[in-house]
Amino acid sequence: MPRLVSHPDEVKIVTRRFGMGASKIDRYLELDGYASARKALAEGSDWIINEMKASGLRGRGGAGFPTGMKWSFVPKQSAKPKYVLVNGDESEPGTCKDHLIFLHDPHAVIEGTIIAGLAIGAKMGFIYLRGEYRYLIENVERAVAEAYERGFLGRNIFGSETEFQVIVQSGAGAYEVGEESALMESLEGKRGVPRIKPPFPAVVGLYGGPTVINNAETIATVPHVLAMGGAAYAAVGSERNGGTRLFGLSGHIARPGVYELPMGYSLRKMIYEVGGGVRGGRKLKAVVPGGSSTPVLLPEEIDIGMDFDQVGKAGSMLGSGGVVVIDDQTCMVEFALRTIKFYQHESCGWCIPCREGTDWLKKSLTRFHAGFGTEKDIDNIQYLAENMMGRTFCPLGDAAAMPTLGFVKKFRKEFEDHLHGKPCPYAHHPEVELV
Amino acid sequence: MSAEAMTLFSPELAARFDALVERYPVRRSALIPMLLYAQDEVGYLSDAVIDEVARRIGITPLDVRNVATYYSMLRFVPAGRYNIQVCTNISCMLRGGYRIFEQFQERLGIGHKGVTADGVFSLEEVECIGACCWAPAIQVNYDFHDELTEEQVDAILDEYRSRSQKAGSR
Amino acid sequence: MADVTFTVDGKKLTAPAGTLLIEACRKAGIEIPAFCYYPGLSLQAACRMCVVRQEKVPKLQTACTTPVAEGQVFITDSPEIAQARKATLQLLLGNHPLDCPVCDAGGECELQDMTFKYGAGESLYAEAKQHREEQQWSPVVYFDRPRCILCYRCVRMCGEGMDVWALGIQNRGVSAVIAPNGGDHLDCEQCGMCIDVCPVGALTSGTYRYKSRPWEMNHVSTVCTHCGDGCKVTLGVRRADDGMEIVRADNRDKSGINGDFLCAKGRFGFDFVHAKDRLTRPLVRNAAGVLEPTTWEKAIRLVAQKFGEAVQAGDGQIGVIGSPRITNEENYLLQKFARTVLRTQHIDHERTADYPTFSRMLAGAEDRAASHREIAAAPAILVLGGNPTEEHPLLAWSLRTNFRLNHARLYLANTQSIRLERQARQALRIPDYDALVRFLAGEDAAMAHVAGAAEFREALLAEESLVVVAGAEYRGASLAALMRWGLCRTGVKFALLSDFANARGAADMGIYPDLLPGYLPLTGDQPLHGEYAGMPASSGLDMTAMVEAATTGVLKALYVVGSDPVSALGVAEGALRRSFVVVEDCFLTATAAQADVVLPAASLYEKTGTVTSCYGDIQMVRKAADVAGVKPDFEIVVRLAGAMGVDVRKLVPFGQSTGVRADMGQSRGAQAGEADRHAVWLTANGLEPRLSPFDPLATLDEVERLVPSYRLDRLNLFAGNETASAPGAGFVPLDSLLGRKDGVVATHPGLFRSGELGRQTETLQKLQAYQEGFHSAAAAD
Ligand SMILES: Cc1cc2nc3c(=O)[nH]c(=O)nc-3n(C[C@H](O)[C@H](O)[C@H](O)COP(=O)(O)O)c2cc1C
Ligand code: SF4
Ligand code: FES
Repeated sequence: MPRLVSHPDEVKIVTRRFGMGASKIDRYLELDGYASARKALAEGSDWIINEMKASGLRGRGGAGFPTGMKWSFVPKQSAKPKYVLVNGDESEPGTCKDHLIFLHDPHAVIEGTIIAGLAIGAKMGFIYLRGEYRYLIENVERAVAEAYERGFLGRNIFGSETEFQVIVQSGAGAYEVGEESALMESLEGKRGVPRIKPPFPAVVGLYGGPTVINNAETIATVPHVLAMGGAAYAAVGSERNGGTRLFGLSGHIARPGVYELPMGYSLRKMIYEVGGGVRGGRKLKAVVPGGSSTPVLLPEEIDIGMDFDQVGKAGSMLGSGGVVVIDDQTCMVEFALRTIKFYQHESCGWCIPCREGTDWLKKSLTRFHAGFGTEKDIDNIQYLAENMMGRTFCPLGDAAAMPTLGFVKKFRKEFEDHLHGKPCPYAHHPEVELV
Repeated sequence: MSAEAMTLFSPELAARFDALVERYPVRRSALIPMLLYAQDEVGYLSDAVIDEVARRIGITPLDVRNVATYYSMLRFVPAGRYNIQVCTNISCMLRGGYRIFEQFQERLGIGHKGVTADGVFSLEEVECIGACCWAPAIQVNYDFHDELTEEQVDAILDEYRSRSQKAGSR
Repeated sequence: MADVTFTVDGKKLTAPAGTLLIEACRKAGIEIPAFCYYPGLSLQAACRMCVVRQEKVPKLQTACTTPVAEGQVFITDSPEIAQARKATLQLLLGNHPLDCPVCDAGGECELQDMTFKYGAGESLYAEAKQHREEQQWSPVVYFDRPRCILCYRCVRMCGEGMDVWALGIQNRGVSAVIAPNGGDHLDCEQCGMCIDVCPVGALTSGTYRYKSRPWEMNHVSTVCTHCGDGCKVTLGVRRADDGMEIVRADNRDKSGINGDFLCAKGRFGFDFVHAKDRLTRPLVRNAAGVLEPTTWEKAIRLVAQKFGEAVQAGDGQIGVIGSPRITNEENYLLQKFARTVLRTQHIDHERTADYPTFSRMLAGAEDRAASHREIAAAPAILVLGGNPTEEHPLLAWSLRTNFRLNHARLYLANTQSIRLERQARQALRIPDYDALVRFLAGEDAAMAHVAGAAEFREALLAEESLVVVAGAEYRGASLAALMRWGLCRTGVKFALLSDFANARGAADMGIYPDLLPGYLPLTGDQPLHGEYAGMPASSGLDMTAMVEAATTGVLKALYVVGSDPVSALGVAEGALRRSFVVVEDCFLTATAAQADVVLPAASLYEKTGTVTSCYGDIQMVRKAADVAGVKPDFEIVVRLAGAMGVDVRKLVPFGQSTGVRADMGQSRGAQAGEADRHAVWLTANGLEPRLSPFDPLATLDEVERLVPSYRLDRLNLFAGNETASAPGAGFVPLDSLLGRKDGVVATHPGLFRSGELGRQTETLQKLQAYQEGFHSAAAAD
């Protein structure tokens, strides 16, 4: 059972019910569960969307797109049925927040899904979890069954004339399926290859119908937003970044765990106060601020507020909120290699720059780290990454190229050191296996 | 030859399948979960399993294969009864994931994607399994084991070995 | 859609709104490189070669997925774009085996061409490449995985284009691979379309691989010799010991009525040309009764003498059988020779469709015949009988494509289930074809128990325009009734399906005992009668009657060209002994085995002339191969006539200068090109002096002059395009034709079967056995 952590700076909104047995519906109801859904049902679509817009809630899946706005893009009239799709594929390395939500508060996800459905006029919602999360899938399925039993889901939700069905779907191991259009493909029983955009899912999505896709944390936040009121939620966070988010501290951090902190919270404080600093009193070498696809920040770059805009300004991304702390004994070439190895493994293979680029980078870095690199390799790695950026079919190519560029640019010296102190002057870990 | 007479699936699995396909707007949506459940029961996706899933969904076996080979949890050769999946991705790597992986290799005498001679264990180095804040983490089949230490490796193996013996003697 | 104006590289372009930028650019002559884009197939945006910059858009856009809209501004050529394309090529080449010197695609490889253009020549890649052994997926399809660039063209062509879905994509990332439906082999139609669309040498042809380099071949565009659909095929020919050898057939020239398409027969069924059993020397039966090789001189002299003797004995002593696989000119000449020199009306051919009734019904309504292109673009089509997927692969392709791209409404009526039903708006299972016509005409009781019949009829009647494609099931009275039904409605057009490459041509050219070219009756007042002075006035025997008359010795001689009546009619061995039998053919058929003289004929791939598809599309065939020893049927007939002492000028209008004289001297030297163009123009306009009695085009001139339905668009024809015939043109409907015996026997060819030529094609035989292997295995399960 994953450990829950706590810190006084936390503002517990989404995590409010964690550790309180709320995955059982009775307990959830005692803790004000489904009140927001009832209210949403009474107030109607326009009200929901206005509250969501006022909340400043931005998507927690990575891109940070304003949720209220996304919902408002769905056409009111549609010949085809509309759908809500909850993205619980959570596969970005460094990220395990949705894991806790599915474990401790599955009803919040269900309730959020109902609200999203009411907002856009959908009659069906899907909650897609990565296949590895089997015990969480079972937990969510059980919660869904409870909600059906109570009449919160089904033909007449909460005794109204409104229908809403929820299906829990299991993935089977594929990071790329987290990309929204690949997610729809997967849900349609196909290979997880993204779709050509436009059309965007809000217009042509699942089974060809207008579809809203949101991250599980985004959806779990929705009932709280409606309970607090959009404006009150917005006030918790920073400018244009409403509310809180779940930050996962991992790596060489003294007190790893998932913490709910207001948007804009200082990264330095997050590491040194909330997380208790670098493990074993070591020095900080680098931080990956938002999951493995976000470029690293150096120790001198951590005096920033953790919200989409400020991290973006610092040259990285807030991403999925997975903060990976790296100490001074880590080999950054190896870290780069392990990062790219992941993207090589997960590239769907559809487009040339991503398929070939990730493979090439992985092979070059493997050889380089094993002590067979040359000066020219460093430039080649940078050239490759630069030429993948912005050229791929979906953002996975960027997700591989961006951190790579960060590593080469910010740690070029470590790369050069590998040429002299062969094979690896920083080696503290067994070698990543050579292919 | 009716579908019933030919089935490889247990009655429970077949019933689950029948219920599943009806729920979606499109039958085919049941494909991926179904492959996983079939694999859980049969052990791997044999040609016969693929043919049966294809027939039940109403698509070609080629189409099933196209999809199945995309997903990394699905396999086409049997794994051990307990498939040990060690995450070595960044958060786990920073907290000793590779050492844990090495230890399993040593104890079991097999490498990545290997299966022990008795078929009890198989080993896999896997990508991030969503337990980064509780690293290093592994999964044995679907069970998570978090914040592992090297000492726990033997205990875990012992536990599953004895489970296997119990299951075997049943 | 309304036209929009947008700017590309500073040029203002106009195209209908929604046109893909890549298409709009290509039409305007702006080249945009692409691997994955293929016109008519679903969009992929996978190769990223077509990237362009669009004003006010942050990222490079793919031209293959960008629909044009008013006022957009694009740049397709800049250092940034060139770099993007170069880098993509570098990435691709990283894992690509650079085995161009031995790769079949070398010299016609899109990857090679683009690498050359974008200068991605130097390799940054120092890593080991993935190597996999080449795989043989079927007798004709090989797959070299490392060469594959994953453009998915083959997968889409097989699935979307062919509706076969035998190719898939398995694994993911850099391990992704194209995979066949059988795991390690292909169970499909073996059309080879996947090979055609592969931009590199990943999919190669079992009949061509490692045989030649593209630049060593001449590429001759001609028409397929197998079925009646009339696909254009490009033959790659190369010098060989005994002439010119065909090394491959494909579809490089996409201008034909078949567009992208070619089936297994067109692509792989050319090896009969060089088959071991091919006849290359004339044979004469010797005193011992054995066929013995001889010279052309002796053989021709002997035949001329025997035919001469027969003619001396009076009219109607000789039977002549023409062929659905020789050119229009040859059939025309043959019947003219028969009627005016051999003085007989006993002339016929293996009939596979009732074109006389078809044409008679269209008399005065010429615009009611549908060409293939019209079918391929029609909004609604009714197909009656037959199984186009097997018997008319091109028709099936065009119907599928029309459905897929234009949402054409396809109506089928058949006694059994066929594959095209997947594309059909409605497919009716009917008990009998006559009843359907009666039902369509309003007789409800005719189909009282057929499910869906009423809706079917209603839907048809609601169509404003409709093309009716009838199979050989419709002939005589039932065909007439069907056409009568359609003709009383506006907007209904017709096509009638037949079997061999020139079955329609043979019919059009009057290879009938009772009909002259153009289906004109034997008597009457037509220019043709004047020209055929002295021909017997009454109808002759049909094929069956002729063969019977030959067995009994009533016919003194039987002249069989490119046909095998002994097999077709099941004639006993030695039965033809009592008459003098001459056979002209490529192989020693069962009929040839009984002949007194066998003359080795050139096949359709070894001669020039025209053929007519079953839709009435007239096309040029061009000599591609050359086999030493054989002669075109045209030349043989002319030589026979000459040896019989006939004035050949009366038979072939050569040397009758129309008054224009070309300066033939200019065809050499500096002005050569000028003179050639001049000559083309003259030829096209029918003005070129025909200098040789062996020039089939001289006969084409006469056909055009005398056969009303062959008023040709010559410029189009000689430029390599098809031109439509006009059945019914100039035709006077005569009651005497009513109730005529149609004599049609449908042969129902298959995907790999096509008469004698199919039997003599080793590759098609192999494919037939290979595919039957699966299906008998499946049946045994
Ligand atoms: C390669 C790739 C992987 C992604 N994986 C996930 C994921 O695991 N979970 C998730 O919620 N969003 C993921 N996303 C983002 C989704 O595409 C999408 O933007 C998100 O689910 C929208 O939800 P939000 O607006 O609530 O953030 C991924 C995107 C890409 C390009
Ligand atoms: S469809 Fe007919 S004409 Fe076309 S290639 Fe095949 S056999 Fe030849
Ligand atoms: S042609 Fe546009 S991406 Fe391939």
